[in-house]
Amino acid sequence: MVDFDVVSLPETDHVAEGDTAPDFTRPLVSDEYWEDRALADVVDGPTLLLFHPMDGAFQGTYLYNTVDDHGWSDDVDVLGVSISTPYAHKRLLADRGDGVRIFSDPGAGVIEEYGLAHDIDGMTGVTESRPAVLLLDADRTVEHAWVASEHPEFPDAEAIDDAVADLVD
Amino acid sequence: MSEPQITLYRLQACPFCERVVRTLDELDLSYRSRYVEPMHSERNVVKRVSGARSVPAIVDRETGVTMSESANIVEYLNGTYGEGGA
Repeated sequence: MVDFDVVSLPETDHVAEGDTAPDFTRPLVSDEYWEDRALADVVDGPTLLLFHPMDGAFQGTYLYNTVDDHGWSDDVDVLGVSISTPYAHKRLLADRGDGVRIFSDPGAGVIEEYGLAHDIDGMTGVTESRPAVLLLDADRTVEHAWVASEHPEFPDAEAIDDAVADLVD
Repeated sequence: MSEPQITLYRLQACPFCERVVRTLDELDLSYRSRYVEPMHSERNVVKRVSGARSVPAIVDRETGVTMSESANIVEYLNGTYGEGGA
């Protein structure tokens, strides 16, 4: 992509394939409203759980464009998580992420519990999420996991296509 | 704390900006980060400062240099502050 080394992110003990995705409760934002929801109550079938940097960063924009381009929300439930507020999520969902709902985790507690925290240079006090894609089955078992190891790094959409196809077959 | 001499205009997770940050860190230079929006149309501050909306861009108050393009910036920083530099 570029003719110099991209920044590597440190090793992290993140939620991985075979784990049960930890339950949490946070405001879950749709294009119409938000309310506190527990992940365990929301997941009732194959679910893509997408962690991404704050709304407005281009990584999140690309991610939801990919969700829309591949039509993942037609096949599985798609849930996002970022540190942005419900207001920002609602604005994001007005433009992209058709059928997606996004958890709001401004304190990054969920992001830390999932092993995805990323302290970002030049934004003191802000804990970001590194991009991650977790495909869950109905009991929250992680069937496929991808976590960024470089800054920036983007998920392999074809690999997610395949994992989604395997799970919903 | 005194003002850092270098201001870096950057975009979150932009690899070209991270490249400049790495060079700044390697040279132990203090800098101030100013983050701008991904949309070019929302980067007027960068255009005012550097004449273009591209990031990364740096302003070095010590030398009076303003510069865009990561390869140029890295070369400038190494040449000015690296070993053998002025």
